[in-house]
Amino acid sequence: MTSTDFSIPVTPAEDGAETALTPGQIFRQRLFGHTGFLIGAGLILIIVVIAIFAPLIAPHDPFAQSLSARMLPPVWVEGGNWDYLLGTDQNGRDYLSRLIYGTRVSITIGLGAATVGLLIGVTLGVIAGYFGGWADHAISFLLTAQLALPGLLLAMALVFIIGPSIWVVIGIVGVLHWTYYLVVTRAATQRIRSQDFVAAAAASGASPRQIIWHEIMPNLLSAIIVIFTFELGIAILAESSLSFLGVGIQPPTPSWGLMIAEGKQAMFYRPWLVILPGICLFLLVIGANLMGDGLRDITSPEGRNE
Amino acid sequence: MTRLLDIQNLDISLALPGGMLHAVKDVSLTLDRGEALGIVGESGSGKSMTALALMRLLPRSARLKAARLAFDGQDLPDLDDRTFAATIAGPRIGMIFQEPMTSLNPVYTIGRQMTEAAIARGLLSASAARKKAVDLLDRVGIPDPEGRMGQFPHQMSGGQRQRVMIAMTLMLDPDLLIADEPTTALDVTVQAQILDLLDDLRRERQMGLILISHDLAVVAERTDKVAVMYAGELVEQGPAKQVMFAPQHDYTRMLLDSIPRLDGEPAHVAPVRKTDDEVIAARDITRLFTSRKGLFGPRREIRALDGVSLSVKRGETLALIGESGSGKSTLARILLGLDQPSSGEVSMLGRPLAELPATERARFVQPVFQDPYTSLNPRRRLSEIIARPLVLRREGDSGSRLAAVKEAMEHVRLPARLLHAYPSQLSGGQRQRVAIARALVTRPEALICDEPTSALDVSVQAQILKLLEDLRREMGLTTLLITHDMAVVHETADRVAVMYQGRIVEEGTAADVLSNPTNDYTARLLAAAPRFGDGAPVTEDAR
Amino acid sequence: MLRYIALRGLLALLVAFTVSLAAFLLLNVAADPAQAIAGEDATPDVVEAIRARYGLDRPLSVRYFDWLGGVLQGDFGESYYWHKPVAELVADRADETITLALSALAVTILIAIPLGALAALNPNSWIDRFALGVAVSAQAVPNFWLGLIMIILFAVMVPIFPVSGDDTWMHFVLPAFVLGASSVPAVMRLTRTGLIEVMGADYVRTARSKGFRGWQLLRRHAMRNALLPVISVLAVQLGQKFGGSVITESIFAINGLGRLALESILGADIPTVQMLIFVFAIVFVAMNLLADILNAALDPRIRIG
Repeated sequence: MTSTDFSIPVTPAEDGAETALTPGQIFRQRLFGHTGFLIGAGLILIIVVIAIFAPLIAPHDPFAQSLSARMLPPVWVEGGNWDYLLGTDQNGRDYLSRLIYGTRVSITIGLGAATVGLLIGVTLGVIAGYFGGWADHAISFLLTAQLALPGLLLAMALVFIIGPSIWVVIGIVGVLHWTYYLVVTRAATQRIRSQDFVAAAAASGASPRQIIWHEIMPNLLSAIIVIFTFELGIAILAESSLSFLGVGIQPPTPSWGLMIAEGKQAMFYRPWLVILPGICLFLLVIGANLMGDGLRDITSPEGRNE
Repeated sequence: MTRLLDIQNLDISLALPGGMLHAVKDVSLTLDRGEALGIVGESGSGKSMTALALMRLLPRSARLKAARLAFDGQDLPDLDDRTFAATIAGPRIGMIFQEPMTSLNPVYTIGRQMTEAAIARGLLSASAARKKAVDLLDRVGIPDPEGRMGQFPHQMSGGQRQRVMIAMTLMLDPDLLIADEPTTALDVTVQAQILDLLDDLRRERQMGLILISHDLAVVAERTDKVAVMYAGELVEQGPAKQVMFAPQHDYTRMLLDSIPRLDGEPAHVAPVRKTDDEVIAARDITRLFTSRKGLFGPRREIRALDGVSLSVKRGETLALIGESGSGKSTLARILLGLDQPSSGEVSMLGRPLAELPATERARFVQPVFQDPYTSLNPRRRLSEIIARPLVLRREGDSGSRLAAVKEAMEHVRLPARLLHAYPSQLSGGQRQRVAIARALVTRPEALICDEPTSALDVSVQAQILKLLEDLRREMGLTTLLITHDMAVVHETADRVAVMYQGRIVEEGTAADVLSNPTNDYTARLLAAAPRFGDGAPVTEDAR
Repeated sequence: MLRYIALRGLLALLVAFTVSLAAFLLLNVAADPAQAIAGEDATPDVVEAIRARYGLDRPLSVRYFDWLGGVLQGDFGESYYWHKPVAELVADRADETITLALSALAVTILIAIPLGALAALNPNSWIDRFALGVAVSAQAVPNFWLGLIMIILFAVMVPIFPVSGDDTWMHFVLPAFVLGASSVPAVMRLTRTGLIEVMGADYVRTARSKGFRGWQLLRRHAMRNALLPVISVLAVQLGQKFGGSVITESIFAINGLGRLALESILGADIPTVQMLIFVFAIVFVAMNLLADILNAALDPRIRIG
């Protein structure tokens, strides 16, 4: 029973079925009516395009140092120069070009780490939710232990010991960010598993593997996509924190977190060195979060008409 | 004397994402002191909206318009929200709801929830309120009322919680009591007790009573007048007996015809080709559940099934009747191979179920479940859902499967244009037809239908029961029908088995058991089932 | 009730030791700690010498149980970097971090709960939109960057607060705000959705039918129910504040555990890192235990099964 019966006909009338929309149609309709989602998706799209076409867009080589052009301010500050739209850093490298190339680091690590987390979290979540019993107890214990781990601290230590590279950062950030997937897919799997269509499939002889892939996974998909977009933002922030603290991406690779750390020494005189990469990070992460929020709104009244 | 309640031309509309919904249209009702009014309708008829409007409990998006909405001479729309809450809601009009399990706050004691309104309003001192609460709990039939005051809602059963709800509304001595589907969530034997209690209290206190229900028979038995609503409109209103026995409107007649009844001629005919083959045979099934509270809690053992034996012969419909918790659904799961018995054996046409490969089972028995909203995968089209059992059995190719799906849809009277629709595009009745089509597509020997109609509106229930009956005639289907409704048994079953606390307490032909129950519990179930007839003396005799 | 607490406590201890084992394994197996201590350019001889000196040549299990045995007696080993007992180092610096974490929690509570409650009581109003905007932005702002911006704004451009240090309470205002801000989105969203759910619950409808409205309704029938899940989340957030102090303390030059963590990582001081991970895990499980007990005290469904 639903909690409140306001006597609203929630299903189509007995004879009027052909007028109702398919889930896909409803999804698309809501997608294009959700301002937050459109803004977020637009931001992400623009940044991804910039990342892919960075060599074509960047006005300078992001690694080219120039002693004569060190510490130039952006064009709107006195002493600025149209050649270097956003000025240069302490090594005379074009700041705009470095920011443009920085999208590649953030997006690669974001996608990579969120995928690693997805594989771990969804696997454990579906196993715990579907099989229950001791598997569930063991995985829940693992979850509590993972939550109790000071993630940033461990990530810093591991990156430092193993040696920093983009793949190490992806692996470590991913391995430390799977709890959200686990919590959501476990609960959703438990809910779906108790529904009658799963019992109907089992009564027709479906194996657990067939039930998981055919009955449960399609119903988890939208939740997983929503978490993926949120984890994208979280992973990007985690990378920037590690790089900022000096245990992430190493110079001279342009990473926004690292650029903030490099600009920190001079931030009282040249605040843009800190402000600009921060804004880039903010826009990318808020884009991912708006997209996630939007997708959650759009997909929330799942399947069941409640 | 002014009327207690006077509603003229009430309109309620709701702003929904899809546009405005006219939930209640031009409804006029009146009620006098001590009188009982029943409002009857199916889901979506606007009956609850009307009640919620009186209590100002409508959702935010609702807009209300009325030529007159007066309680005891006082125009309700004139009152601001604060005054309404202070003078009307509670002390003048009380309300009880459908969901006893969630209608009480889980974190406070019964005593606190009973007394708080009277104390907060300054009507009674704490000790006087407590005394009154204990008296009222006693009056509504709660044993050990003193002790119950310190307990929390989760320590009581659904029926007890509903009694507490009733006692709680009486704390403020309202002049009008609105009961919105007060017994729908409860077992039948409890239902009758709660309704009788409401009726008695109404007479005792000369209260007005509005009883809202989907069940015309239940309402007509206990009210002076009845209003029938359909799609937001009041289609018929009159003295209860008149509406019941001489309905004027087509919809009322249809509604009356739809209600399964104990006293009519069964629509059911004798089995087409009954043989003595036992399609399903269960011998001495026992199922124990061990549960722990938390990881290290003490073990508890629950005996859900206790030595149950039962057989369904080819071509017959066996009804398994019992209340919630009687073990009937556990038995269904075991017969379907979804759960294993702790001891005992199930066989299908002589072959032990345990030895059948999982996909082979689907040739013998297929399920139809209660809730049409959870029995279909929302992410799959009907064509995939219905064909799934065939795919799992690797039967045929896509062409032959499509043909089988179309045939099954025809059997259950689903139009072919719905082949590629998703479940969310269908109504509850249509979904249940899909579930039946999926069950039929493997051409099983038997169907196990677990409360297949109890989540549906009465008129839809009648259609689904008729469909099952038609299928039986056409295909010679064997059916195990699990239900809590004696009238459904009367209308559809050849034989009946009564289940109580994990045992089968009575078994026999439907006609025998219903007319001469030998078991006490069966008799109680029968007595609780509402009876009525077209002027037939059954109702009068029962009184 | 006592049994419940005892079991929870046992589980918490088990979790803490699992975490310490996981951290130990990760730190020792993922790469060669001796190499990390010696630095990348060190010759094999130097690495071998370090290995022998710190006993890193012994089998992993011997080293873990050696460490564990020490921990049970309160001995966390000696720092490779500062050459002092680690426990002493940690004890010296704990004050600053506790002050920071608690004041950050206060910031979170003061911002998130009123904002979430106001948003829930006025859904789709301007305050709801504003609260959502705050949550979305706070989630997207890199914490270390927010710290730097706060310094630029409120310590340099408008010099109200000191730039860095930990001498007076004024020093803790900006760090507490920055660290507290990171928990605002989670707590605010939970307060909001929890309260919206509770206000739509059947028992609140019952209370409304008894004539309760407005503040009385909130206080008598919604508040406790809605705050139950918030307590758990606050405990998680407080536990995470200790780990999160790494960034804040390094930006504001607060000489607490977070800064100690960063320094010991950069100094390859494995015993110190190990103890800090253990301590932070203990704090986390202790906070969760506290939340469980509070929840049991407030929710009869847990207290009386």
